[in-house]
Amino acid sequence: MKGDTACTLLQPKEYKSGVKPVWCPGCGDFGVLGSITKALSGLRIQPENVAIVSGIGCSSRMPTYLNTYGFHGVHGRALALATGLKVARQDLTVIATGGDGDGFSIGGNHFLHTCRRNPDMTYIVMDNQVYGMTKGQASPTTDPNWVQGKLTPSGTGINPFQPLVIALASGANFIARTSSSDSNGTARVIMEAIRHPGFSMVQVLSPCVTFRPEQREWKHMLIPAPAAMEATSDPALAARRLLTDEGVYTGILYQGDRPAYQPKHEPSIDNIAELDEEFQI
Amino acid sequence: MSNGPKRTIGSSEELLAYSLALETEAVERFNDLADQMEMHHNYEVADLFRKLAKIEGLHIDNVNRASAGKELPSLLAWEFEWEGGESPEGGSMEDAHYLMKPWHAIELAMQGEKRAVAFFRHVAETAIDDKVLKMALELVEEEEEHVALLQQWQERYPKPAKGWDDDLDPPTMLE
Amino acid sequence: MSRKNLSIALTGSGGSGVMTTGSMLLEAAAKAGWYGYMGRSAGPQIRGGEAAALIRVASEPIESPDDSFDLVLAIEPGSMGRFVAELPLRPDSLIISDAEGGRRSSSLPETPAQVVDLPMKKLAKTVKGGRPNMIALGAVAKMIGLPEASIYPILEKTLKSKGAEALEASWACVQKGFAAGHDLPEFEALPIASESSPGEPGPERWSITGNEAAGLGAVRGGVRFVAAYPITPATEALEWLAGTLPKLGGVLVQAEDELSSINQIIGASFGGTPALTATSGPGLALMTESIGLAVCSEVPVVILDVMRCGPSTGIATKSEQSDLNIALNGLHGDAPHLVLSPNSVSDCVFTTQWAVHLAESMQTAAIVLSDQSLGQTRAIVDRPADLAFLAKRLVPEQLEENYLRYAVAVSGVSPMAIPGQKGGQHTADGLEHTEAGTPSSLPEDHLAQLDKRERKINGFDYGQHWADLEGVGDTAVITWGSTTGPVREALSRLKGQGVDIRLIAIRLLAPERPADMAAALKGIKRLLVVEQSHSKQFHRYLRAAYDLPAETRVFNRPGPLPFRPQEIIEQLADWGTKS
Repeated sequence: MKGDTACTLLQPKEYKSGVKPVWCPGCGDFGVLGSITKALSGLRIQPENVAIVSGIGCSSRMPTYLNTYGFHGVHGRALALATGLKVARQDLTVIATGGDGDGFSIGGNHFLHTCRRNPDMTYIVMDNQVYGMTKGQASPTTDPNWVQGKLTPSGTGINPFQPLVIALASGANFIARTSSSDSNGTARVIMEAIRHPGFSMVQVLSPCVTFRPEQREWKHMLIPAPAAMEATSDPALAARRLLTDEGVYTGILYQGDRPAYQPKHEPSIDNIAELDEEFQI
Repeated sequence: MSNGPKRTIGSSEELLAYSLALETEAVERFNDLADQMEMHHNYEVADLFRKLAKIEGLHIDNVNRASAGKELPSLLAWEFEWEGGESPEGGSMEDAHYLMKPWHAIELAMQGEKRAVAFFRHVAETAIDDKVLKMALELVEEEEEHVALLQQWQERYPKPAKGWDDDLDPPTMLE
Repeated sequence: MSRKNLSIALTGSGGSGVMTTGSMLLEAAAKAGWYGYMGRSAGPQIRGGEAAALIRVASEPIESPDDSFDLVLAIEPGSMGRFVAELPLRPDSLIISDAEGGRRSSSLPETPAQVVDLPMKKLAKTVKGGRPNMIALGAVAKMIGLPEASIYPILEKTLKSKGAEALEASWACVQKGFAAGHDLPEFEALPIASESSPGEPGPERWSITGNEAAGLGAVRGGVRFVAAYPITPATEALEWLAGTLPKLGGVLVQAEDELSSINQIIGASFGGTPALTATSGPGLALMTESIGLAVCSEVPVVILDVMRCGPSTGIATKSEQSDLNIALNGLHGDAPHLVLSPNSVSDCVFTTQWAVHLAESMQTAAIVLSDQSLGQTRAIVDRPADLAFLAKRLVPEQLEENYLRYAVAVSGVSPMAIPGQKGGQHTADGLEHTEAGTPSSLPEDHLAQLDKRERKINGFDYGQHWADLEGVGDTAVITWGSTTGPVREALSRLKGQGVDIRLIAIRLLAPERPADMAAALKGIKRLLVVEQSHSKQFHRYLRAAYDLPAETRVFNRPGPLPFRPQEIIEQLADWGTKS
């Protein structure tokens, strides 16, 4: 449900549940929480018609802090939960939230296939290039030379995952990158993401001040994609840009027109007893 | 970091709307920070942020008084065209730290007020409407007063020495 | 002694169409008024390998293989060897074989049975486009007393898509085979319904597999969302649901793996739609973490496990009852949930439907343990009754302020708000939680919620369906699932000889039913446990959960071979129950 102006306008504050987040002060996820509330407010979607679905990790705690329906599931499976929910209840606004570990490591397989399936939902990944909840291991998006991880003291030495490129190649219909320090900009992008049909992927670079304190500098490093790099619906062009932008450009980077996965719920028989026919001798 | 709005503010009503949004976001932000400090048992700073929230609340009252009888355009948060995207006093949530000292908290607030000064100065410099110019200049003055007050307040606290963020305990693993 | 049933096997390989022939034979028998079933066995090749159709026909409903086969049609002799262990034969059993059917060097395995040659390949060559399996079909029909005419409509239906020529060729072969059957030994014919009771329609009968039956039970119970990942031998249940759900306005999503399947159905169920997935042992093992999520977050789901030989990849195409352990105890933490098991093909409808009803009523996970021998067997059964067990979830009608999703209710079942219901917003959580659903690590919350989740399951009124209790006497056989069929038949034979033995066939394996079981075991001095598990999983479960009579014995073996009634009779013989 995308809401309309006939629906009641609630202030962003009213989308918060009042449960106080346990995130470390300085965590980028606070900004994202604010952005989600602003987006839902702007779209006038009523809280009871929204479901926030997450896995495990710091950012997966998001559902509890919102006054919507929510499901805090197991590690890596948020997109499967969200898919089942959305396919069964196409009337709901379904948003999956989580981090880079939950989404791209254990959740990698579901990430690929959900992009392929392209259901009409939004996936907000709070990417901090580390496993925060489990005390600071390298994640799939961590630079290979980061040597602070105790399990990889010489660095991972392997290629980091490029989620937006993979999303594009797998079939996602909307791809964007934002910074958590730009709460309003992120809110705008989330609104567009929800509005846009199909699987909308928003990678929010959201610093972990406890395990990656250097990420406080991110807000100075990220730059809005130049006008020449406005949202495109040409996958090849988007792919070239994403492969070469070194992860610094923010904005909506791809907006496609791939059809969303929306199986119909139209019965063709009136009476379940009609099923008996195929078995009758 | 914030220099001014992306487009020129056309009326004093609009400027008041911006001012109101600015202060409202500040109140919310300071209350959020107070909550965060409480959750992390940094009560001294929590109380300080609550005070700051109250002070910003008084600023809201000022704006409301100035707006009496006027009809302000109602804009949603992101419709405000702050340069750099964030409201001047709103950003910088990421400068918080669970062990932050009162000096840091006031520094955080002060940076916000300085950005607000810069914002309204820019509005004044680019104003084409006399009323807007007048109001902007008033707002610049007001914000500069806030900065001065915060400066004084900050002088009551020592600048934290190196090692203020040392925590002997390692991080805990939750899940 | 009038013969009440016949066991027939068709073996062949390399495209000899054994399975199709077997199906047609079963169907013709069904149309003639007989009951029966067909199981299958095959080599590892996807196509063209050895294949055996294992058929039993009878004048009454049957749920078990017989002790031995009466007749084997070896269309190609060399391929029968693979199935020797599954084809026990007697000296008076008959093998109709085509010496020229396969390679020159291939020959029948050594068996006690008599062998008669029927040149099916040669006969088939006399018909343009003719095939040996159709010769075999005609021959068998004649031998067992099926009217020739009953075959034609079946041929027509099966070969419709292949065109008129193929149909004609096949029919010509059937007739030739039937004619050749005149020279072959005859079996005493089973009574034909239309002849034995003309004018009486009799009960409506169905041809259905256990997997289809489970699917039907699920949709009758209210399931309208299925997430599917294929695995032998559960895939047909999912395929049937894929074709059926859209007719009912439901959806089946093919998932990328079992981890996705289980989570998708939890998501759909959270949205208010009763949901199910089907898998086998390896898939169930993958799903256990998320089944625990369903239990902790109190979201109803049904997981159908069509068991196969384990451990690990095991023997995918063969039946075993060795997933009992993981179904009962495979969830980490203390996670009470439901485990049920159907004990016949027909019972797959009831038990799955009941499982949906129970899972929804108690907002928990239900594992239904079927197995390959039920799932992939096609049986002729009386129409399964319509049941009143529909999905009935407790949903709050009126939402007050501060709705508590996990309120500690007396029954343990708290009303479950569905997304869209204003005021019912909450976050379902795998973390332990307060009554409101907020994460909590406090001891009182953990205890309260553990008690709640246990109480709701233990306190439910399951009625009489927890087990099938049959017979009288001070000796009993206790079993579950597909072994019930052969046990029932064994006890029926013994009863015919004046020996009374009781049967306890458990349908509800979790939660345990101490009071019900004590009542069922009252007066039982000797108990025989029958199960298809190498490590006696069922016996261990019984000992842990219940007080068993001092004289308790176990008759167990792993898959792949089915239990047969005579084996059970022999086990009971030591207790003065000789047949």
